Amino acid sequence: MSFGVPKKLEREINRLVKNYPEKRSAALMVLHALQEEFGHISLEAEQWAAARLNLQPINIHELVTFYPMLREHDPGKTVVRVCRTLSCALAGSARLHRHICQRLGLEADAPGLQRTKDGRFGVEYAECLASCGTGPVMMCNDDFYENISNDGADEILEKYDE
Amino acid sequence: MGANQAETPVKTVTVKVDGCTVEVPRTTPNWLGKQEPTTVLQACKHAGIEIPHYCYHPKLPVAGNCRMCLVHVGMPGRPGPDGKSPMNEDGSPKIFPMQLPYEPQTPRGVIGCATDIIPGMEIYASSPETRAMREAVLESLLINHPLDCPICDQAGECKLQEYSVDHGLAESRFAEVKVHKPKAVDLGPRITLDAERCVLCTRCIRFTADVASDDALGIVNRGNYSAIATYPGKAFDNNYTLNTVDICPVGALTSDDFRFQMRVWFLKETKSLCTGCGTGCNTVIGSRENRMYRYEPRQNDAVNSCWMCDAGRLDYKWIGRDDRLAKVRGPKGDTAWPSVLKAISNHLTKAGVGSVAIVASARQSNEELYLLNKLAKHFKAPTDSVPRDGEADQLLVARDRNPNITGARLTGITTKRVGSKLAAIAKGIASGKIKTLIVYGEDVTQHGIGVKLLGKLKTLIVSDILPSATTKNANYLLPGCAHAEKRGTFTNVKGRVQKFSKALEPPGDAIAEWEVLHELVHNVAGLDEFDSIEGLFNQMAFEVKAFKGAGLKWDSLGDKGADVKL
Repeated sequence: MSFGVPKKLEREINRLVKNYPEKRSAALMVLHALQEEFGHISLEAEQWAAARLNLQPINIHELVTFYPMLREHDPGKTVVRVCRTLSCALAGSARLHRHICQRLGLEADAPGLQRTKDGRFGVEYAECLASCGTGPVMMCNDDFYENISNDGADEILEKYDE
Repeated sequence: MGANQAETPVKTVTVKVDGCTVEVPRTTPNWLGKQEPTTVLQACKHAGIEIPHYCYHPKLPVAGNCRMCLVHVGMPGRPGPDGKSPMNEDGSPKIFPMQLPYEPQTPRGVIGCATDIIPGMEIYASSPETRAMREAVLESLLINHPLDCPICDQAGECKLQEYSVDHGLAESRFAEVKVHKPKAVDLGPRITLDAERCVLCTRCIRFTADVASDDALGIVNRGNYSAIATYPGKAFDNNYTLNTVDICPVGALTSDDFRFQMRVWFLKETKSLCTGCGTGCNTVIGSRENRMYRYEPRQNDAVNSCWMCDAGRLDYKWIGRDDRLAKVRGPKGDTAWPSVLKAISNHLTKAGVGSVAIVASARQSNEELYLLNKLAKHFKAPTDSVPRDGEADQLLVARDRNPNITGARLTGITTKRVGSKLAAIAKGIASGKIKTLIVYGEDVTQHGIGVKLLGKLKTLIVSDILPSATTKNANYLLPGCAHAEKRGTFTNVKGRVQKFSKALEPPGDAIAEWEVLHELVHNVAGLDEFDSIEGLFNQMAFEVKAFKGAGLKWDSLGDKGADVKL
């Protein structure tokens, strides 16, 4: 297996594994750390994690396919997550999502995360982002934006398009 | 603490099942055979009532995920502050049927497979409340089920079908669109998965992880899209995969070998044994119109539990091969049994002591080997068999691939070192001392007695099932039967004597070897009269030391066999 992790991440994962009485208990934390580093969890990463935790790859694969926020594939450099829970839906999240998709040339009605061909953006709906008074809201990677108009969205996307 | 220790352990617990008071054991063996508190499902089984279930299997760890075994139960009340349990007016303990805490008018079920019984518990196994729970669970399980029973291999032995008849709704209320999942997935070289039929009971996952020690299967995705899968690119290919087809309660896992071959209700079931190795896994043969379609393992906790290996399970095709020996042959070509038996008897009666040798297969039954050894004793003939060694595994497969090597040893055909006398027999033939060779079920040309050497013999008598270089050179060829075509017993490597029964008619002239040998031994050496396999077995059990020591009788063998001391 050619897959390897940087020294720093390896140290971090060693620390995580030590936090638990059983190695397998650290599985989710290890997967989070891997996703943080690589943006998604490839099959090679799954195998690496399984070997690290004395598990079979299928045990890790079950976790990665079960949790929507663990990503099997590269979601794009900037992940835009538009809230679609009630308050934001009333405030126009569908309009916002459609606008962003059209701007990036993506299919707004297709299910799941949509990624631009160049891999710079991925757009998906998210459930409540906990700012119901300021909808519609969205996140770009770890940054939070609220009260977004179509123009506002364009501005935000431009910021990430460099 | 002290008071507890003084208490004598409770051996049984009294509970009520459907209003009847039953006393059931306090503990019941779990999947590993370890005693554990009896569960509601097991208590009902003791009382003769079957609780429907999918994920529970007596030989697998309990998972409790299918919810099919939900039952409504009533519990005796907890003791109050005065230390006394709540009582009815007549002095009997008050029973509280379980209900939802936030909705007291709604009965609450417990899963029978994972709820321990307590004394005084009432199990309402057939109450309207319990039936309503089953109905709801079944309805939920069938929401995305394709209902493709007409083309499903499991139809006829499917728990979804059976429980739908017993507990299902007559009409579907589901008006939405069904979720589609992967179909005809090649899970491994011998298994095909239909994820739409799956009820996600995880029996297959638990079997392969906990019994077969190959953690190869899992559930991927979530919710409606959950499906059984292997790791991408990895095949489910250990030597025990086909057991998952047996334990799959629905038609999700199907055997590539049996898929679309036969409707299961047409199959005649015959109790048999696997001949793949010395373990002697108990099996059921499924056959129709004299063709065998499948082997299934038959539960015998003393031998194979509920399992058998894939290699053994698929080792039956040779029985129906087109080139099976089906004609009796004498020195002048094809003939009939009476003349050939007469000719051989005459020949053997005249044969001198020391001029005969016998090579018998450890694939023959105890009875046949016993008769052959009787014949051998008459001539003081050297006898031996052929070793067939492989690699043993951690679960069932034995190192010895002969199904009856122990029987061959106990009856005296061979010794501890199987095949060690073959060289001496070859030498005897070469020197001209041995003039007659009797071969049963082996190709001796593969074991040091080549065609050239066979040519030196005056008479070569061969009984076999399939053609070989040995059968080609035989002066007398006696077509024999596969184990599925006759009755008899094998002794496994641990000394368990087990019966197999006849499922099929042999091809052409072929008749069971023991019948032919019976005639020959009678004519040549003299033999007590018996006219059935039962009589033959009982006579053998009286004469062979190990069998006599165990006091074996055909009748007492039953379906699960009996142990002899090795």
